[in-house]
Amino acid sequence: MLLNIENLKVEAKGDEGWTPILHGVDLQVDRGEVVGLIGESGAGKSTLGLAALGYAHGGLRFAGGRVLFDGTDLLQLPDRQRRAFRGRRVAYVAQSAAASFNPAWRLLAQFCEGPAIHHTAGRAESEAFARELYAAMHLPDPQNFGLRFPHQVSGGQLQRAMVAMAMACRPDLIVFDEPTTALDVTTQIGVLAAIRRAVEETGAAAIYISHDLAVVAQMADRIKVMRHGREIEEAPTQRMMTAPTQDYTRSLWAVREFRRPTRVLPQASAPTIAIRNVTAGYGNMDVLSDVGFEIPRGSTVAVVGESGSGKSTTARVMTGLLPPRLGRIELNGTALPPRLADRTTEQKRAVQMIYQIADTALNPRQTVRQILSRPLQFYLGLGGKAREARLHELMEQIEMEPAHFLDRLPGELSGGQKQRIGIARALAADPEFIICDEVTSALDQLVAEGILRLLSKVQDKTGLSYMFITHDIATVRAIADEVVVMKGGRIMDKGNLAEVLDPPRHDYTRQLLASVPQMDPSWLSRRISEGAA
Amino acid sequence: MIRLLKTMPPTAILGVAVITIYAVVAIFAPMLAPHGEAEIVGAQFEPWSATYPLGTDTLGRDMLSRLIWGARNTVGVALVTTALAFAIGSVTGLLAAALGGWVDLGLSRLVDVLMAVPALILTLLALSALGPGVANLIVVIAVLDSTRVFRLARATAMNVMVMDYVEAAQLRGEGTWWIITREVLPNISAPLIAEFGLRFCFVFLTISALSFLGLGLPPPMADWGAMVRDNAALITFGDITPLMPAASIAVLTVSVNFVVDWLLHRASGLKD
Repeated sequence: MLLNIENLKVEAKGDEGWTPILHGVDLQVDRGEVVGLIGESGAGKSTLGLAALGYAHGGLRFAGGRVLFDGTDLLQLPDRQRRAFRGRRVAYVAQSAAASFNPAWRLLAQFCEGPAIHHTAGRAESEAFARELYAAMHLPDPQNFGLRFPHQVSGGQLQRAMVAMAMACRPDLIVFDEPTTALDVTTQIGVLAAIRRAVEETGAAAIYISHDLAVVAQMADRIKVMRHGREIEEAPTQRMMTAPTQDYTRSLWAVREFRRPTRVLPQASAPTIAIRNVTAGYGNMDVLSDVGFEIPRGSTVAVVGESGSGKSTTARVMTGLLPPRLGRIELNGTALPPRLADRTTEQKRAVQMIYQIADTALNPRQTVRQILSRPLQFYLGLGGKAREARLHELMEQIEMEPAHFLDRLPGELSGGQKQRIGIARALAADPEFIICDEVTSALDQLVAEGILRLLSKVQDKTGLSYMFITHDIATVRAIADEVVVMKGGRIMDKGNLAEVLDPPRHDYTRQLLASVPQMDPSWLSRRISEGAA
Repeated sequence: MIRLLKTMPPTAILGVAVITIYAVVAIFAPMLAPHGEAEIVGAQFEPWSATYPLGTDTLGRDMLSRLIWGARNTVGVALVTTALAFAIGSVTGLLAAALGGWVDLGLSRLVDVLMAVPALILTLLALSALGPGVANLIVVIAVLDSTRVFRLARATAMNVMVMDYVEAAQLRGEGTWWIITREVLPNISAPLIAEFGLRFCFVFLTISALSFLGLGLPPPMADWGAMVRDNAALITFGDITPLMPAASIAVLTVSVNFVVDWLLHRASGLKD
């Protein structure tokens, strides 16, 4: 047994003393084994992962239990000796590589830090090892890759460089904390393959933390499901995927199955909004070239693509924040003024937006009541009783108790609740068309599913049109009537959901779909053998 | 109120207590001071005694009375000056952040020019051009200090301007004034309040320094800076009387900083 965490309790400091966030959790990892940790945010996955390094974040403390690493209890060691373990025997790969590298040092120099501190290898030796790992991870020009600065490589490459860095001292255990969550699917597959290779080649054990079941299924030999700081269940991957015993686990598995019931759309009605041959960009650089599609009344059009494909820029053009260089936006057949400032209040009201990160989309100093009242007053001139009545209606529409939530600040709401308020704010304007910019990608799967259901329900009731910007194919399948596939500012393919995706009509669509992790644990191996990464 | 007091660290309680005492003294100066502000009551430089607890000054005025009147003048003028500096600095800073473009460029360069000249020299220059006087003093110091407030307001407001909720307000069609006052200002109030405390200390020190140089509040107004200068000669005789106004300045400065620290800590949401 390499790592044996027994009955671990961790507490967080709050306003009223210490509150437990891990209620006595066990975790065993054998040499060469990969254990997956799964759960929604706040489940305590990361806390447990970091505990394997004998570390707790600021404001947290260990309140009981043991962390036996190769027989030594890390929690009993003095700081100095504990530090000798970290990096050398057990390493950590964080979610955001961009935030974890020091931007002022070259990648290779940062790689060599660990071995130098722990005296495991000389400079020349660790540089050679770095090149070897860079090559194994299919990084471009492995001989000179390390001479670049962090900002000179792409997000996926940086994440792979961080995985390499974790291996620098040849540790016995590596903790991967959501290492691919921030990446596009086509990039993610390369990183997953790199991690797989690294683990296999060095024989290191690993703890793989993720909220994405399909990803964990590829990486782990054994999966542990956590919730609210407790273990729900644990089983070998194959058995966990096919026969979960707990309801909670089954509900996690089922989320990916959400499909909106097929609807019959009114045919041949004029589109709510149409984008006609739009070319737009910043300065001299065109981000969008000749983009055009229509959003039929009452339908949902999903715009899919990787980061940098121009999805969000399209939204900015539609809202008037970025006037296009060529082309125009039509609302109900009439061209909208390109600049936001030139649009009438009525035109602004018709087009609303819901944002990805609800935290930054709601003013933290305004109560829910203030946030929702403003559009009611601004657009519709509602005041007094009429406004109050509409507020209650809106809250009921987003399935939140008005009396309970209206006077709260956003800081007192959960992520899903905040996103619902964001939806209510858009609905308050009584719009014709809503742009949903990655509205579910920052949420846990269960919560995200709730948001998708809510949006579908609202659409069925009000006949709104949605443009759904997303990089997640599962979301597209769940909610969209039509799909627009974008890459590098151009439209690759557009049409009905079934036409575009089943089977994928365009080469790029096929590539996107093939990169989406499947629940089948052999998916990654198959993709690697097909030469995808 | 009592619950708030319980959560305050001892330094903050001390700070609040001291500031309250200063405020009471400043407001009730006419009742508290045994003698008038400019009243000559005895001989020059009388030592501490029962009649004159802190002795008398260069002209034979009661030192304790002048110390009490000084609280009103020095603190009052500093408060008005700081408030004015904040009014100018935060409005222009917020406008620069919200409007951007030429407005931002113009205002920022103007502030750069003002900040490029050493503040004390510029103050001395402006005051000698405009002539002494309470109003001139307040305006000159306020304008020069507003450059610091401008920078802080602009920088913090810029961070808020890129938030999605501000974009949402822009998309809704809200005007600049609404965005500044409703969306941005509440979110930068914490650093601004903290800066207010610090700025107040600096203004206070500037006024005292100017008084010491003879360009502060016009005589015979009691003013702590000038009181130090007028009676400085006593120090050579081992008399600590001139240190009293200096100590008053120091104690208030430290107290304000205690409170500001606590406010900042609370606003930032840091846990110890």
